[in-house]
Amino acid sequence: MAVTEQQRRAYVASQAADARVNVELQTEDMTLNIGPQHPATHGTLRVVARLDGEQVVWADVVCGYMHRGYEKLTEVRTYPQVTTLINRIDWLSSFANEVPFILAAEKLMEIEAPPRAQYIRTILFELARIANITLFIGTMGADLGAITPVFYAFRDRERILNQIEAVTGGRFHPNFDRIGGLKDDLPRGWIDETKSAMVRVREFCDELEELLMGNEIFQARTRGIGVIPAEVGLSYGLSGANIRASGIDWDLRRDQDLALAWKDLDWKVWTHPDGDSFARFWVRLQETREASKMVDQMLDGLPAGSIQAKVPRIIKVPAGEAWVHTENPLGEMGYYIVSQGGLGPFRCKIRSASFNNVSVLPWVLRGTYVPDIITILASLYFILGDIDR
Amino acid sequence: MTLALSLPYWAETTIKTVIILAIIPASALTLGYVFLMKTMAHMQSRLGPMEPGGFHGWFQLIGDGIKFIQKEDIIPEQADRAIFAMAPAVVLISTFLLFVVIPAGPRLVVENLDTGVFFALAVSSLSVIGVLMAGWASANKYSLLGGLRAAGQLIAYELPLVLAVVGVVMQAGTMSLQGIVTFQQNGEIFGWGGIGLPLVLTQFVGFLLFIAASQAELTQAPFDMPLAESELVAGYTTEYTGFRFLFFYMAETATAFALAAIAATLFLGGWAVPWVHGTAADFLGPFILGAKVMLVAFLIYWIRFTYPRFREDQLQAFAWKYLIPIALANILITAVFKVVF
Repeated sequence: MAVTEQQRRAYVASQAADARVNVELQTEDMTLNIGPQHPATHGTLRVVARLDGEQVVWADVVCGYMHRGYEKLTEVRTYPQVTTLINRIDWLSSFANEVPFILAAEKLMEIEAPPRAQYIRTILFELARIANITLFIGTMGADLGAITPVFYAFRDRERILNQIEAVTGGRFHPNFDRIGGLKDDLPRGWIDETKSAMVRVREFCDELEELLMGNEIFQARTRGIGVIPAEVGLSYGLSGANIRASGIDWDLRRDQDLALAWKDLDWKVWTHPDGDSFARFWVRLQETREASKMVDQMLDGLPAGSIQAKVPRIIKVPAGEAWVHTENPLGEMGYYIVSQGGLGPFRCKIRSASFNNVSVLPWVLRGTYVPDIITILASLYFILGDIDR
Repeated sequence: MTLALSLPYWAETTIKTVIILAIIPASALTLGYVFLMKTMAHMQSRLGPMEPGGFHGWFQLIGDGIKFIQKEDIIPEQADRAIFAMAPAVVLISTFLLFVVIPAGPRLVVENLDTGVFFALAVSSLSVIGVLMAGWASANKYSLLGGLRAAGQLIAYELPLVLAVVGVVMQAGTMSLQGIVTFQQNGEIFGWGGIGLPLVLTQFVGFLLFIAASQAELTQAPFDMPLAESELVAGYTTEYTGFRFLFFYMAETATAFALAAIAATLFLGGWAVPWVHGTAADFLGPFILGAKVMLVAFLIYWIRFTYPRFREDQLQAFAWKYLIPIALANILITAVFKVVF
């Protein structure tokens, strides 16, 4: 899929508008600051848009309003302490942030968690994904003006959070993953409760498919809006559902061999050829349903045994470098750890998905209208903590 | 009402004005509480306000009103002060004038104009001026965009609103709202006069068009582009605080009530009750009308809580490509039936 004719024309129009602004005769251009305080940015993202009427001729993204310096802070923490920090990167699916970091540390230490721990890790990972994407499905509606779905999303996400809380003790920031295994085993009765919660998740997906996705106005607002062709998406480093919605069949859960349970499961990677906002919504909705089925499978096939491998009391990671990335709810998330044999990492580079995902905005926003800015922002789905770290 | 008729003109006018001035906040409170708080909450599987006032939080909106009045009255430095201050009043006046012609009983009407329908639709579009003034005077980009969107939308949807009513007017043969109610009360369905002839039966398309267009007039979802809170923060009301914002809020909700009342009058028979005439109808009428208003308002708010919003161009296309041609076809068919039968 190449650059569409509409995109090309919008680009030419924006070039022309750029040229006009500098000459003495000012046009009716208006610069609109969307954010840092704006309901649609879900945090402190700032989009500077130059408008001609309601059409965007030029747009840029300013981020960094929430930079907390996590990469630097990891250098003065020990390995077990780092998970507390990185919980807060993508705060809606905190457990999923911990897993790649722990895996990278385990890779350096050359240990592997026991099978039961791997399964529970994957279960919690997928629960975090469901909790995260459920909220996306709701807020996408809210950003398009449908106020009801977001409340349904909160209602059903609560069940997932309860399950996560029952295991880890934390609703938002579990801090549960340990090098070599997990902090605790599953509590009694948890498996049945989780299964009923998964049934509810699938019901929620069906409900939203009818209520929101089947709605003509929703389709008119999202179909053909914010089309990201595959090669553009790849060149901007998009990942996760955003790139799968552009037709690229790429999922790190399937495409790499990690010490997690995904390879044992029967599941499908969903893609959509269109690359527009609707496709991104559709792919995420399918993924939520798929994730709930994966959790069911894992609960059925949960191996018995220990949840903690043998690790020294004081964890020292041998010198070396390791890179582990996983398919997080927002896209590819990875940690590049440089260790010099100390108690904490010498350097830790965090590759978070949202930063790359929003970098495509200046390209995709040209030539769109103000309401479409919101659609595109909502459908690209970013978490501010994941952009700024 | 016989008592009121013997009063001098100025006293009668004062009483009528006071009554309307009381109806506006009362209707805004009723709709705001019943629909915006409770119905919406139950549709979204939550409770809504439960604490203020004891029983199901009935005091919440009154408390909100008190809060708004206490708030500091902020006018932006760059704003056009006079116009900024006038805009909410203009919007509220449009609502005020709407209530003038709505009959609630055989004699319970402020002014039974012969061109009542025409008057109501004319004054309902006055609010555009207020909205435009608010958007322009706020010296805020979001307000300006919101104001212009509102102006474009309200003008576009004025037309289907009027055309939807034409069918009713043709069938009843009068433009007086009171006359339309009487027509429906005395009408017969194939010779059976049990419930009169509510015009929604013959003008069902007109009713749907009227609901759709009044939804747009009220700038409610799916036509809430001017106020789109996820895009324009709060549209033309962004810079308004305190009682000025309260004015906008009250005008919006009271206009919803007034338009629902007009829809109930035109299509559902208004205050008319079969078998009840004269003074008894004067007592029963307001309750009957109130029940019908709540029915129509429920429809309006139900749509509001369910749908996402249109984009500006889709919204215009919807009015010009669908609503207006359908309305014209409806008029044509009504005219043919009128001539044939």
